[in-house]
Amino acid sequence: MLSLALAYLRERGLVTILNILLLALAVAMLIVLLLFSSQAADRFARDSQGIDLVVGAKGSPLQLILSSVYHVDTATGNIPLQSLDLLRKDPGVARAIPLALGDNFRGFRIVGTNPAFVAVHGAKLAEGRMFAAPAEAVLGADVARQTGAGLGQRFAGSHGLADDESQAHAATPFTVVGILAPTGTVTDRLILTSVASVWAVHGIAPHPDEAEHAGHSHEQSAVLDPRGSPQPEITAILVTYRNAMAAIRLPAAINRETALQAASPAIETARLLGLFGAALDGARLFAWMLAAIGGLSIFVVLLSAARAREGDMALLQVMGATRAQVMGVVLLEGLLVAAAGALAGLAIGHLLIALARASFPTLAAIGLQPWVLHPGEAAILAAVLAIGVLAALIPAARVFNTDLARTLSRGS
Amino acid sequence: MQLLDLQHVSFRQGQSDILQNLSFQMPRGGHRLLLGPSGSGKTTLINLIAGLYTPDSGSIRIAGTDMASLPRPARDALRRRHIGIIFQTLRLVSALSLRGNLQLAQRLAGKPRDGAEIDRLLAALGLRHRADAALRQLSQGEAQRAAIARALAARPDLLLADEPTSALDDANADRVAKLLLETAAATGTTLLIATHDARLKAHIADVTELAPC
Repeated sequence: MLSLALAYLRERGLVTILNILLLALAVAMLIVLLLFSSQAADRFARDSQGIDLVVGAKGSPLQLILSSVYHVDTATGNIPLQSLDLLRKDPGVARAIPLALGDNFRGFRIVGTNPAFVAVHGAKLAEGRMFAAPAEAVLGADVARQTGAGLGQRFAGSHGLADDESQAHAATPFTVVGILAPTGTVTDRLILTSVASVWAVHGIAPHPDEAEHAGHSHEQSAVLDPRGSPQPEITAILVTYRNAMAAIRLPAAINRETALQAASPAIETARLLGLFGAALDGARLFAWMLAAIGGLSIFVVLLSAARAREGDMALLQVMGATRAQVMGVVLLEGLLVAAAGALAGLAIGHLLIALARASFPTLAAIGLQPWVLHPGEAAILAAVLAIGVLAALIPAARVFNTDLARTLSRGS
Repeated sequence: MQLLDLQHVSFRQGQSDILQNLSFQMPRGGHRLLLGPSGSGKTTLINLIAGLYTPDSGSIRIAGTDMASLPRPARDALRRRHIGIIFQTLRLVSALSLRGNLQLAQRLAGKPRDGAEIDRLLAALGLRHRADAALRQLSQGEAQRAAIARALAARPDLLLADEPTSALDDANADRVAKLLLETAAATGTTLLIATHDARLKAHIADVTELAPC
């Protein structure tokens, strides 16, 4: 019966292909939305793990989180180095990690920080050691793989966040001393060095007490001291609370009483996903409507085919096919179209993610993975197969209303 | 034992008597004409023998089994085992090639796929060169022979042919009649032809004449 169902599908090839395409588009759209929303949510959750609060310059709190936690936006500005001291002395703060941003190497961001940054993301060294001396750098796993850089190699960072060799700091190259194992977090795409190294690249003298964690962002002009030399600054501070009280007190106090801004990754990420979520829900609804239209199209085609093929259906029964077998042929046609559409859609969906990742660096930066399967995809495929079978059910049931003798005596 | 045994078969449609008290028997390998004008109940009788209708009275036994006493699935199975039908409308499964139709007929009849038998049948009917052609490419004459091939592919014990020569000129009617008889004889098939075409009397001696009631 499978070969007969395939023969009927081949007989009306163009209509079959159009139906498959319609379902494939719907499935591809659903797959893209599923992978994007789930991977983005997972990635956001992983990247912000262990970071309760981000303190930076006044501006958009979402921008502060995007630039300092997910490393996909520009910073809101710089803040005085003294802010780090003040936070570290607060009894509600368990850990305060400085960030000095502003340079890149071949599009990968160079982050001035301290080894606690590596620990907070659960990263481990795959090769070499942690940066210690100035101008030493540790590469994330993706950076090492994509640039081909190895231990001992030297490279010069470029000014800004986009790859632009004309802005290279050729006089102050970094040396690779370590490579991190893959973590599936933003760390994979970062180049880590000390804050003092970032300062040194830009000719800023290290602070006598905070040489380890001072820094400066090129996105803002350095603040000049009274003698005209740039003051050490940092871009942001990643804070982990010591206790629950701090979560209530600290952000409010910082935002109200200082010139700094405090933003919670959890709140801002939820806000971001909420904004995305509404758009994703709309797109998801549209995709399911497309799938329903695909099902309706299968129904119309099969119903009209079942009418045109009444003679065939009657002949099959007279030749010895049971009614269940004849019904099965029609159901198989619906199922085969749906299965082909579902599989084509699955492939197209993953291919679209791969193309989008290759075309939009931000998607690569948030770690969108095209070639991983999500359990939800099985549910989408099952739903589309069910649509195919449901669409074929009524046309298939016509077999029970056929008067064999009358049908066979009519002209074919 | 007779392969086909009709005893006092009557059938009504609405208020009209189509067949009244009809009886005849056919042994295995026998040939018979059901001869009568349009409206005399020939096609109805073919459908009754095939188990597509059940008689209002009387019995139709195929290989000793009364068709009317069986539930539909058993009736379908009996038809599948014993009967092949050539419809006046030359039915074939449109999506399949001629060979595909013959293979399907063998499969549905529960017979093992026999490619050699199909090739022999197609050769005997002059259709070997059309074996893999789409059905729409067949001429009327080829389609007629294809329908015969389809009905014979499963090697039925009883072949029912409804007006197999109705649209043919003398030469072609003669050819089809000879073909049916030769093929039936070669395969030991019992042949019952329902027709209004008196030309076939030249080929088959046993005739049951039907007239409108």
